[in-house]
Amino acid sequence: MTLEEKVINIVMEQLDVTKEECVLEASFIDDLGADSLDIVELLMEMEEEFGIEIADEELEKITTIKDVVDFLKQKGVK
Amino acid sequence: MKRRVVVTGLGALTPLGNSVDESWEGAIAGKSGIGPITKFDSSSYKTRIAGEVKKFDPLQYVNKQEVRRYDDFILYALAAAEMALADAKLTIGSEFSERTGVIIGSAIGGLATLEEEFKNLLNAGPRKISPFAVPAILANLASGHVSIRFGAKGPINCAVTACAAGTSAIGDAYRTITCGDAEVMITGGTEAAVTQLAVAGFGSMRALSVRNDEPQKASRPFDKDRDGFVIGEGCGIVILEELSFALNRGARIYAELAGYGCTSDAFHMAAPPPGHEGAARSMRAAIKDAGLNPADIDYINAHGTSTPLNDLYETQAIKSLFGEHAKKIMVSSTKSMTGHMLGGTGGAEAIFAVKALHEGIIPPTINLDNPGEECDLDYVPKVARRREISTAISNTFGFGGVNAVLLFKKYSETR
Repeated sequence: MTLEEKVINIVMEQLDVTKEECVLEASFIDDLGADSLDIVELLMEMEEEFGIEIADEELEKITTIKDVVDFLKQKGVK
Repeated sequence: MKRRVVVTGLGALTPLGNSVDESWEGAIAGKSGIGPITKFDSSSYKTRIAGEVKKFDPLQYVNKQEVRRYDDFILYALAAAEMALADAKLTIGSEFSERTGVIIGSAIGGLATLEEEFKNLLNAGPRKISPFAVPAILANLASGHVSIRFGAKGPINCAVTACAAGTSAIGDAYRTITCGDAEVMITGGTEAAVTQLAVAGFGSMRALSVRNDEPQKASRPFDKDRDGFVIGEGCGIVILEELSFALNRGARIYAELAGYGCTSDAFHMAAPPPGHEGAARSMRAAIKDAGLNPADIDYINAHGTSTPLNDLYETQAIKSLFGEHAKKIMVSSTKSMTGHMLGGTGGAEAIFAVKALHEGIIPPTINLDNPGEECDLDYVPKVARRREISTAISNTFGFGGVNAVLLFKKYSETR
């Protein structure tokens, strides 16, 4: 499974959305119906899954699925 | 002229079943909903039995995300509120959404979530606490989520009066309608506190039965060998409507909620005083509020917890208030079958009282083999009784000295 697929699976589970909705450019708030608490929970799940830590100032910059994938790559996650 | 309030919808989840019908059928059949605790490993606890809600599938009512984020006491309330609104054939329309309120009581709120998240905090640190932890714990979030789900924009509140919470909630909801602040109230009580801390804490108070080998016989109100209450969980929600509002939409009316009484013992944090005069005053207040006399009361759904003190003192209170008439009143404790659902109890027992009125069947007190000393009323032992009645009282009392009493009567056009 690619990194993108892993991230999308977590997004689908956490936000209760379909695979079709989870295009890379999808915004959590505008396209996937999330609120700020949903995003915190989602990124906590990413931390858990990939064994990384997302600082609060980094968290604010993450608004789309692609942002998560890019962030993880930057942290060296494959 | 006081505005009149009627009951038009019922919804419940109890240890006897996951609907009003299943719970009521179980109660009039004299079934016990008590069994070994499955919610956590209780092998090191003195008490290892409880009345748990069984085989509840929250996905019938909410989505996966909500199941993960909400404590069970909220999920139970969402389920029972949906059942009650469906039963009342009521959809909250925009023309009266601001005149529809919610008051759902809970003794403790999301205790299971609190325990879980605190373990998480100790084990993994503060960064690992879910952003949904606090709103899953807050006791008023049962009311909050029900208002959101069904669009009720009127008065909202939450009674947190321990074991009287469900009754306090219904009483306050009734007053909200009589004083003119709402036409419809979604109200009752909910609890999901069969948890490590609750069972250990009530156990330390020596409040719980330790009859672990015979779970179905452990809750035995008014019996000589009663040794404490059995903790239960569950939820009862009723739909209250102002009478003309209900009549105008052709609603089916189960009963009139005609009186509410609330008093404080001002005595002890957990124990009632001998004679329980606060309970007697509370029943008297409900009867007076309904414009009735003590001799008009046919049935009391007792608090009847199966603790040595409550059952004796509640009996004394009934005798002191009703005098000679006390012997003619049927007094039963459905906790003999459900266990004590704490804040959920007031909701569920209001429903049992309403069903008794509506169906003409009095649920029994099971496990009453030999009445305890001074326990000499008609407790409807073991077997339900078919009897048309005109009035029914629901008693609940809570830690902190709360005595809350509802009086239901058969609906008739004239007051």
